[in-house]
Amino acid sequence: MTGGRERIARRFAALAGEGRSAFVPFVTAGDPDRETSSAILAHLPALGADLIELGMPFSDPMADGPSIQAAGERALRAGQTMADTLAMASAFREGDTDTPLVLMGYFNPIHRYGAEAFVSDAKEAGVDGLIVVDLPPEEDEELRVPAEAAGLALIRLVAPTTDDARLRRILADCAGFVYYVSVTGITGTKSAMTRDVAAGLARVRKATDLPVAVGFGVRNAGQASEIAGFADAVVVGSAIVQRIESTLVDGRAGSGTIPGVEALIRELAGGVRNRRAPEAGGAGG
Amino acid sequence: MERNTYRGGPDAEGRFGLFGGRYVAETLMPLILEVERAWRAAQRDPAFEAELRYYLEHYVGRPSPLYFAERLTAHLGGAKIYFKRDELNHTGAHKINNTVGQILLARRMGKTRIIAETGAGQHGVATATVCALFDLPCVVYMGETDIARQAPNVFRMKLLGAEVVPVTSGSRTLKDAMNETLRDWVANVDDTFYVIGTVAGPHPYPAMVRDFQSVIGNEVREQILAAEGRLPDTLVACIGGGSNAMGLFHPFLDDAGIDIHAVEAAGEGIDTERHAASLTAGSPGVLHGNRTYLLQDGDGQIQEAHSISAGLDYPGVGPEHAWLHDVGRVRYVSVSDEEALEAFQLCSRLEGILPALEPSHALAHVARIAGDLPPDHLLVMNMCGRGDKDVFTVADALGVKL
Repeated sequence: MTGGRERIARRFAALAGEGRSAFVPFVTAGDPDRETSSAILAHLPALGADLIELGMPFSDPMADGPSIQAAGERALRAGQTMADTLAMASAFREGDTDTPLVLMGYFNPIHRYGAEAFVSDAKEAGVDGLIVVDLPPEEDEELRVPAEAAGLALIRLVAPTTDDARLRRILADCAGFVYYVSVTGITGTKSAMTRDVAAGLARVRKATDLPVAVGFGVRNAGQASEIAGFADAVVVGSAIVQRIESTLVDGRAGSGTIPGVEALIRELAGGVRNRRAPEAGGAGG
Repeated sequence: MERNTYRGGPDAEGRFGLFGGRYVAETLMPLILEVERAWRAAQRDPAFEAELRYYLEHYVGRPSPLYFAERLTAHLGGAKIYFKRDELNHTGAHKINNTVGQILLARRMGKTRIIAETGAGQHGVATATVCALFDLPCVVYMGETDIARQAPNVFRMKLLGAEVVPVTSGSRTLKDAMNETLRDWVANVDDTFYVIGTVAGPHPYPAMVRDFQSVIGNEVREQILAAEGRLPDTLVACIGGGSNAMGLFHPFLDDAGIDIHAVEAAGEGIDTERHAASLTAGSPGVLHGNRTYLLQDGDGQIQEAHSISAGLDYPGVGPEHAWLHDVGRVRYVSVSDEEALEAFQLCSRLEGILPALEPSHALAHVARIAGDLPPDHLLVMNMCGRGDKDVFTVADALGVKL
């Protein structure tokens, strides 16, 4: 079994065979504490997650809205470190060899860890891909080169503001899948307009054969289902961490936290899975 | 970057050596590139230069005087000390040199809404002021903690018609205000221009703000030649993000004989956790769109800065300073809250000038070195802001009830 880019490719190929989109939940590592977060992470595949994005908490998450900011603050308050996040990934991988796991966050904690050491330890932990929000193509070489060498996918983002010239540059060295930011804004604050997202996605598809995931503005199961109609993967983050927040008791995980999150994940996964993608991976739109 | 000059940076990617760059989300990248193109075009346009000059002269009140601080010089008994009086600018600090420039650029680009971050409130006031002048809606993000300790500036911004938005995330200070302003910009890319207040942020901001602030050093060059017939021997300025320092220093970087000193805030001491000395005690990292020296923990989480001066209370520093530090062209030193308070009082009594707490740090360093220098040694210090805004803080620190 090989991981990294290949695990991601295998999963998308299998889903294309089933004719449906991937459901990709995002959770922040260590939110609200490492034990609860590890339990949620371990259960995600059984609840319907096809890929997983695990957030690396950062003190200054400039592309995130209030929900994911608060999740990061909870994790950091509970003492979460990068080493803890990698250990969580490793524990997850011991119980699941099929579900791709992608780490998502900001560059400074990676830079501090050392880009090469980070790639090496992430690979060792069974991580398959990286999404680093504040590394545009102009700045990502120092992480992309070691990631490519290790077989990890450095997944790049495309935004509605990205013009065609930039789109070509982004796709030239993008690996794993393309992350289409569905709104002009930060995570979880605006709701994606299905028609706009479909048009944006069609533009990306014309330029690449990579699978395209949609995130940033997907807020509920209904919307996830709509977007699953034309995207290869649907990412939901803010709604999930909001559920964690709403089930806390005095700022700590309560008896309703894990069941509450799991119910939501099941509902979101159902929304995606019940929708057959008409032309997943295909060109045009 | 050419090797025979310290003034050639940044390169096409916005780098000063290893530092700088454009570490922003993809949504912002096209916008950052558009700002750069518009700024380059404006630089080549004599009409833009003429408009900028007009407002700097008639609205800001430039040139600011270069003043021989005779009594302070006699008191310290060494170098001949000059103050560059940027505290006499409209709004009381150097910040407006940059806000006039950026807002003229925003108008040129057809932007109809201005956003800014502020810590002490000086940049917020300078932005709100120029927005009032040009009838532009202005939103200023300010940490809740700073709002509580800078109430007069909050009220000034509101009087000027700006909306002041409290920032409640993170440490609720300047760095969090900058995060929130970037978030606003990502969500309003079409009509909004972000006026960054210091020589930090993604390229082209560090170079653009430096160039707007270089009016300080360019004036000093002419003024000292007129007064003394030669260039100064030493330049001193305080540094938080570093815009007033860069404005004074940049025109002199290639004059090899000139000693250049930048003074960071040591807060309660470099050995404590409560300071703002990113270059003296920080390490390289990436924050707010650029690679530079930061106050951070071993896991790459940004730490809170501390200084009695809210304007120096930032856990990073402009990338060009990071580079000048590493190549050794500028000497970076630090001064504590206590030393700055002493210098504040000394200058008030001897010169009849209440310095802001920011340049009080530079003054404290001047007081430290001037006595050991000969009387024909010319020292220029940037008096980058006036202290009226700080009287409550100073009274509190001295245990005086107002």
